[in-house]
Amino acid sequence: MSAMQKLPRLTPRQESVPVWPACWAVMRRDLLSSLRQRQDLFNPLLFFVMVVSLFPLGVSPEKAFLREAGAGILWVAALLSTLLSLDHLFRHDFEEGVLEQLLLQPQPLYLIVLTKVVAHWLVTGVPLILMTPVLGIMLQLDGNSIACLCLTLLLGTPVLSFIGAIGAALTLGLRSAGILLSLLVIPLYIPVLIFGTGTVMAAGQGLPTASHFALLGALLVLALTCAPFAAAAALRISVSNS
Amino acid sequence: MPIPLLQATGLSCERDERLLFTGVDLAVRAGSLLRVEGPNGAGKTTLLRILAGLHSGYEGEILWCGESVHRVREHFLRNLLYIGHRPGIKPLLTPLENLAALLACHPGSHRDPLEGALEAVELLPFAHMPCHHLSAGQQRRVALARLYLSDEPLWILDEAFTAIDRAGVESLERLLEKRMAAGGAIILTTHHRLSISGAESLDLLAHTGEALAL
Repeated sequence: MSAMQKLPRLTPRQESVPVWPACWAVMRRDLLSSLRQRQDLFNPLLFFVMVVSLFPLGVSPEKAFLREAGAGILWVAALLSTLLSLDHLFRHDFEEGVLEQLLLQPQPLYLIVLTKVVAHWLVTGVPLILMTPVLGIMLQLDGNSIACLCLTLLLGTPVLSFIGAIGAALTLGLRSAGILLSLLVIPLYIPVLIFGTGTVMAAGQGLPTASHFALLGALLVLALTCAPFAAAAALRISVSNS
Repeated sequence: MPIPLLQATGLSCERDERLLFTGVDLAVRAGSLLRVEGPNGAGKTTLLRILAGLHSGYEGEILWCGESVHRVREHFLRNLLYIGHRPGIKPLLTPLENLAALLACHPGSHRDPLEGALEAVELLPFAHMPCHHLSAGQQRRVALARLYLSDEPLWILDEAFTAIDRAGVESLERLLEKRMAAGGAIILTTHHRLSISGAESLDLLAHTGEALAL
């Protein structure tokens, strides 16, 4: 009981709260949790590698085909792999009561959600990007295309995580959200997929890619600024109805 | 008479086509403890979630220090500590890591070392063990350790004593008494018998929809 021997008179506090220590704490807690739960870390990556390596086996190992389809295959696999990991984004927190505590923090929920999505991307998106050069070589892509592919994934996978966060927050109250989450999120993923693969195609044909990258960058900025608002509102609704 | 910290007037809540409670008025002042009573399903948890701002499907007005909670939400959250049914503990993290994460978001509480709070809830030997190795009662104690570090004047504790042993409940009762003496306000629900002098109680059974219909 030593911690409570003398207690000053309690009065409501007026001063505002610091934001960054809270965001850092949320980030640290999420990363630690993911690192200790290895399957959360490895399942999306394993899925990514499996899907990509099935194409040469199942369709054609011809160099011409793989060069043509390689970027598309890698992008679709990255998209599906992100989709697979989305349900974990808020569900554990929801079931453990951590989410209630996040909603009751005095810091803006926008920043908390932003932090959580970035943590999720660090754990699920970054490993995919790191794995891409290896799989690119397997699919016979040339060095230029691989570099371009990695850059598009670097811009594109955070967009997938941010858009996915809205769907994950909306379907939180449902027992099994899998299919509904996919139905909600995949239509919104299509522009990212088109611009992502389009960039690599253009690079492969020697066309300028600056405008493609600018569009992907614009999508990222849009997702970064708007998606956390929508996800925060959806989280409030889901927690309120639970 | 000073303004109550938290005041609610005419609260009613409907859930799943059923009127849970209606016409609930309450006021908690600095230094008072309000115990919300009622059988299972009476709406105790829902009432506490409404007061904390987690549940928005209600009618009525809630005032924090005399102003609408919606208007002064940040100030309200700054001064509230809520512990719900689910303790808000990450099972893969240690008690120390969990506490540090929870407290970083409520910086008013941070002056005493975390170990002191863990010692107060008898968890110091388990400070570096992942929480999923701990028992249900011990996991709840991790959440309750926050109480020993809290500077927030308002506590809302939903079934805080569930799975806590006799000695644990007794030391929590002492803690609550100290808080009241220091000017803290507490709203709680529990099925335990509490021996705290000066506790007020609110019986939700008196406010059920059926009683109104009769």
